[in-house]
Amino acid sequence: MKISTDEVLHVAQLARLEIEPAAMEKMATQVGTILDYINSLNQVDTEGVPPTSHAIALTNAFREDHPGEHLGPDKSLANAPEADAGAFIVPKVIE
Amino acid sequence: MDLHELTIAAAQSKLHSGELSAVELTRAVLARIEAVEPRIDAYISVTGDTALEMAAAADARLARGEGAPLTGIPLGVKDLICTAGIPTTCASRILENFVPPYDATVIQRLKAQDAVLVGKLNMDEFAMGSTTEHSAFKVTRNPWNRDRIPGGSSGGSAAAVAAGMCLGALGSDTGGSIRQPASHCGVVGLKPSYGRVSRYGLVAFASSLDQIGPLTRSVTDCAILFEAIAGYDPSDSTSVNRPVPDSLSALADGVDLRGVRVGLPLEYHRVDGLDPDVAAATSAAAETLTELGAVCVEVSLPHTPYAVAAYYVIAPSEASSNLARYDGVKYGHRDTTKTGLMEMYRGTRSTGFGAEVQRRIILGTYSLSSGYYDAYYGKASQVRTLIRRDFEAAFEQCDVLLAPVAPTPAGRIGESVDDPLAMYLSDIFTLSANLAGIPGISIPCGLSKEGLPIGLQLMAAPFEEARLLTTARAFEQATHHHEARPAV
Repeated sequence: MKISTDEVLHVAQLARLEIEPAAMEKMATQVGTILDYINSLNQVDTEGVPPTSHAIALTNAFREDHPGEHLGPDKSLANAPEADAGAFIVPKVIE
Repeated sequence: MDLHELTIAAAQSKLHSGELSAVELTRAVLARIEAVEPRIDAYISVTGDTALEMAAAADARLARGEGAPLTGIPLGVKDLICTAGIPTTCASRILENFVPPYDATVIQRLKAQDAVLVGKLNMDEFAMGSTTEHSAFKVTRNPWNRDRIPGGSSGGSAAAVAAGMCLGALGSDTGGSIRQPASHCGVVGLKPSYGRVSRYGLVAFASSLDQIGPLTRSVTDCAILFEAIAGYDPSDSTSVNRPVPDSLSALADGVDLRGVRVGLPLEYHRVDGLDPDVAAATSAAAETLTELGAVCVEVSLPHTPYAVAAYYVIAPSEASSNLARYDGVKYGHRDTTKTGLMEMYRGTRSTGFGAEVQRRIILGTYSLSSGYYDAYYGKASQVRTLIRRDFEAAFEQCDVLLAPVAPTPAGRIGESVDDPLAMYLSDIFTLSANLAGIPGISIPCGLSKEGLPIGLQLMAAPFEEARLLTTARAFEQATHHHEARPAV
């Protein structure tokens, strides 16, 4: 299956990735080859088969609504590339 | 015998009797790391000073007569399990400087026993790969032959255990990432049942498939480490609240395999590219178990040919969602050359993630994207149900399944780097266990003609780890394959 570089560009945009123009053709070919292989799934009759999203059937895990310990602002911000006054700093969003 | 070659069980008895101190043992392991790390490249970071402090605390506890099974035992941890105050990189540029503010539950449990953490181990970036060549930092060598891969993604863990650079290690297994490197490095590796070991503090790759598990030099050591980390944890909502069986006592009592039904999956013999040495070692293992009183039966797992395809939709889909959190804001690398927010996100992710990770994010995003969701993620999730049902039916006819771990012994470094599909196909025998949530163990079952280790895989129904460990122990006692050690 051939996947077009436009399609790769679109998916990369959704995933917030920037593929170098030089690497685009290779990415399209490799992803196309893998999708080709994945298309063998179409040989399987799955009519009426429910999907499995988790191997062990679990229902919601509830707990009592008691406040617990939390990291606090200092530890939470310790790994931030940029932080100030108890907040994460991001590039300006609105001019 | 050199101290770094001791099994956990042997070291434990020496520590508890006072014949050996934890500091002495830790120094021996750190010296071993210093001596062989330049040839093996198993560790991303070695925490020598912290390790000696932990060892001193362990000695104080042992002196009080309060030693636990892992007190004073030097262990390595795959570098995607969070360790408070110690960098946890996932072998990725994007987390190169990340220092977790908290310990993963498994680390808390090891610390509760005063185990000694000697360092963080190399891996494929974000656990995506089967060779450990996809680390952003270094390529780990196989201690049996330095031109070969150690397997992956827990390649650093397997190589370190094989080369005596720790007495045991933790890895993680999403599609075979504990069992396959264990097989390639000639050590024991257990992927527990999904939900058995808490994932709290494990950096997420594919949340419905990931499990943490031990890599060790014997089945008894594997049971010791497994029992230390297993059990319900309210911090992981997918952790299962079931008692952990006392497999150690079962091992100590001696194992009787008479009447145990061993299933041989018909479809596994038809896999393309199965190496003759691997096929021969697997057949010989079935004969050994038969001689020990087990009964071999043929079983069918009819959806085997579709497992790799289903997995390589589901795992990348979950990964693309999990890895959305790396945005250059809360932690990790940020591309500071960009001014706008969107440009910063894209710059950060493109410079922070390696090629294999980006490939899987693209594949996963594609599978989940509008117009393709039903054909890819939806279809793969249905096939996953059929694969799970195959195993349920098989375990009505047998107690354990016997299979190879990998189709071939360890390949050469550089061989599969540019052919991702070839690398994915080598996961055929391991990834079904993750899709079905069942436990699997890899144990040494001999060497190839070229002198490379071959692993035997045993799988059991969910939460039947004790069955795996006892069967594996009986095999180990009968064959002694696990005693073969590489000359590093």
